[in-house]
Amino acid sequence: MKILYFAWLRSKTGTAREEVAPPAEVTTVGALMEWVASRHPGFAEAMAAPGVIRAAVNQDYAQPDDPVRPGDEVAFFPPVTGG
Amino acid sequence: MIRVQESPFDVGAEIATLSAGRTDIGAVASFVGLVRDHAGEQATLAMTLEHYPGMTEKKLAEIEAEAQARWPLQASLIVHRYGRMLPGEPIVLVATASQHRAAALEACAFLIDWLKTEAPFWKLEETGSAPRWVEARETDERAAARWRR
Repeated sequence: MKILYFAWLRSKTGTAREEVAPPAEVTTVGALMEWVASRHPGFAEAMAAPGVIRAAVNQDYAQPDDPVRPGDEVAFFPPVTGG
Repeated sequence: MIRVQESPFDVGAEIATLSAGRTDIGAVASFVGLVRDHAGEQATLAMTLEHYPGMTEKKLAEIEAEAQARWPLQASLIVHRYGRMLPGEPIVLVATASQHRAAALEACAFLIDWLKTEAPFWKLEETGSAPRWVEARETDERAAARWRR
């Protein structure tokens, strides 16, 4: 599974992308976030504030209950500010 | 058509291209977003736009398709830049063409409102002190909400 981090969330994790193999019980976006938080204290800190982290799975917006599978491209980022 | 690019664009040329060679278009509406030289009291020296290659293009294409589905558009264009820009430079252009003005104007407003809350871009502002990531605004969320069905 590939995880991408954007904007200031990237400085919280110290990496823009990583290849990971989370344990088999990590099957949802929410569970993956908990797992990422256990690896990156900065991510855990950002997760403490509600609504600050957005997620996408295979380049579509995703909610905490949505599934993640091996081979997926998952991205975490703050609310968007383009335009 | 959608385009995500680093280089600047010529607003006039882009809009002219939209209706070039066509005589069936009655109305073209456009919105251009520029880098402002201040944010509140603080001066902005430059702005860097980050994007998510792949997802950004995908979302812009979906946003454009949504506008095409809701209004009778004859043509539409979204050009959005990424990278570092100086005050006065264009960041984004949205243009719509239709037979009549109402569809063109409404679709144009929809596109920019929707894009601001849906398209994965993030602004990093350079000020006199440390660069800071621009925070999402509640007003943008409200502007997009009026188009929600």
